[in-house]
Amino acid sequence: MSDGRFRDSAERNRVPDWASEQRIVELRQEAEQRGIVLDKGVKPEGSPFPRASEETGYYGVNLLKEPQWTWEIPLYFFVGGAAGSAAVIGAAADWIGDDYKLAKHARWVATAGAGVSSALLISDLGRPARFLNMLRIIKPQSAMSVGAWTLAAFGTFTAASTFAKLVQERWDFLPVKIVANLAQFASAIAGLPFHNYTGVLIGATVIPTWNKNIETLPIHFGMSGVQSACAMLELLGHENKALNLLAMMAAGWETYEGVHLEKRAERELRPLKHGVSGWVTRVGGALSGPLPLALRLAALFSGSTRLRKAAAISGIAGSILTRYGWVHAGHASARDWKLPLEITETETAETKPIGEERVEGLAEKIG
Amino acid sequence: MSTTTGFFTDSTLCIGCKACEVACKEWNEVSADGLDWTGYSYDNTAGLGHSTWRHVKFVENRTEAGKGGNAADLMSWEFSSDVCKHCELAGCLEACPTGAIVRTEFGSVFVQPDVCNGCSYCVVGCPFGVVQKNTKDGRAFKCTFCYDRQKAGLEPACAKACPTKSIMFGNLDELRVKAQTRLDDLHARGMDDAKIYDPRHTNVGGIHAFFLIRGSEKTYNLPPNPEVPTKYLKKGWTASAIGSAMLVAGAALAFLVGGRS
Repeated sequence: MSDGRFRDSAERNRVPDWASEQRIVELRQEAEQRGIVLDKGVKPEGSPFPRASEETGYYGVNLLKEPQWTWEIPLYFFVGGAAGSAAVIGAAADWIGDDYKLAKHARWVATAGAGVSSALLISDLGRPARFLNMLRIIKPQSAMSVGAWTLAAFGTFTAASTFAKLVQERWDFLPVKIVANLAQFASAIAGLPFHNYTGVLIGATVIPTWNKNIETLPIHFGMSGVQSACAMLELLGHENKALNLLAMMAAGWETYEGVHLEKRAERELRPLKHGVSGWVTRVGGALSGPLPLALRLAALFSGSTRLRKAAAISGIAGSILTRYGWVHAGHASARDWKLPLEITETETAETKPIGEERVEGLAEKIG
Repeated sequence: MSTTTGFFTDSTLCIGCKACEVACKEWNEVSADGLDWTGYSYDNTAGLGHSTWRHVKFVENRTEAGKGGNAADLMSWEFSSDVCKHCELAGCLEACPTGAIVRTEFGSVFVQPDVCNGCSYCVVGCPFGVVQKNTKDGRAFKCTFCYDRQKAGLEPACAKACPTKSIMFGNLDELRVKAQTRLDDLHARGMDDAKIYDPRHTNVGGIHAFFLIRGSEKTYNLPPNPEVPTKYLKKGWTASAIGSAMLVAGAALAFLVGGRS
């Protein structure tokens, strides 16, 4: 059987052998005995012919549309997660830890993050100039609407808090102090949903891999953001032990999440374990889970700053890869045409392609 | 009687002429999308999208006498014109953050092109994979149910162009009665596998463009249990709240235990 490609005689010069001659004899015998030869001779390109059926769906064309977000969105998930967490960490450092320099830097990280987030989100829109249309209405049943408002609120309060705290540094009057603390409080409150709402955003969709994980995604993305925020502040030179402890909690959660994902065997989770998306998700998981956790534990006992910085870099890289892995997995999941049609793997495997059947039917007719 | 209009697409009457596809493209001035061969059947449109609002499916299946009306040794051949379902609870409409997607006075789901900002969240909100962003234009598009024609008192272009009345347009309630009568008639004539696809058992709650098909809906790339994903929002926001509580508790504890300078 040829593979369907036409070769002219000059290109091929086949040497006859026992098998080739035996095959020709076989064909002659079949022709003599049955009066017809039922073998296909060639395998046309694209064969066996696909068909539409209960077992094979509509020629395996995927029903669901792939997500159409561009490269900015996974990065936005990362930056937003870190920025939201930084605002909360900053408030805790200010009010509980009395580490004013750390609080100040956390505010800066949150403010810069809010700015970068907005830029990334706007740049992804098909019509960036129409970003303001997001703020025409408030729609609780649309996670995108809630997210846009959360970003708007977070950006406003965080910028206000950073500005007010700067003013407070020069003129420490009571009214300034009150305004600055109120703004910081508002920024931290808005930072809470902002640091993990993206898990709800992708979970509340028809994409099976995302939808199946809506109960774990917000915490997963949130903890990933917490670790990134701690890591960024550590890389800015902060050695406050609290950052290490908090990042350890996040890395611990990410380790648990990774084990949890590996243990589950649902078909919807396949893109998280197979193919490019599977590898990106797994590497991202290792870099934001067990590796930084081990490094941070070692740093806790040895007091090594270098170990903490290594853990910080690993955590940030893992956090970015995690978001890209999950978004990529969403694409792969949309292409799995069997899932929305509820067709199981075994059903498809047992179905004979259309070409085979026609030949068989012919054989019965001839007898 | 309500003013809600609907489509009843009877695939047993479809001859695969694609007049609906052409009429839709011409009337709505939908952008061209090339001439590509799918290679798996005579269906070279493949599916609905931003530039395809009507799509004739060519359902080629195993030899089955009486199905498709072909000779016994040939594969059966059916056709079905697919379209946006205009769901009772529409995933795209729920997901839209700008309010660009609205419910019209005819009960259809309409994307206002002057409001859409191309966030593409509706694309992952549709359980039927209908709406899509035109990346060149930057906005999302789908069947408008010929909102402009309906406002002028006319039927949609596809229904008007259909030569066999496979695509029927009219009052939704009346169409549902009509469909039941047609189904009973087909059953009486021995076409036992005929059935109506109108998922009302899930939170989609029924579709305004429903179909009469033969056999399994899976053959037609129609999901047996389509769901509007907003039903999972409560679980999602609960998880988000738990995650936020973890962050507050974790940060407070971390600074109390190890962070006081």
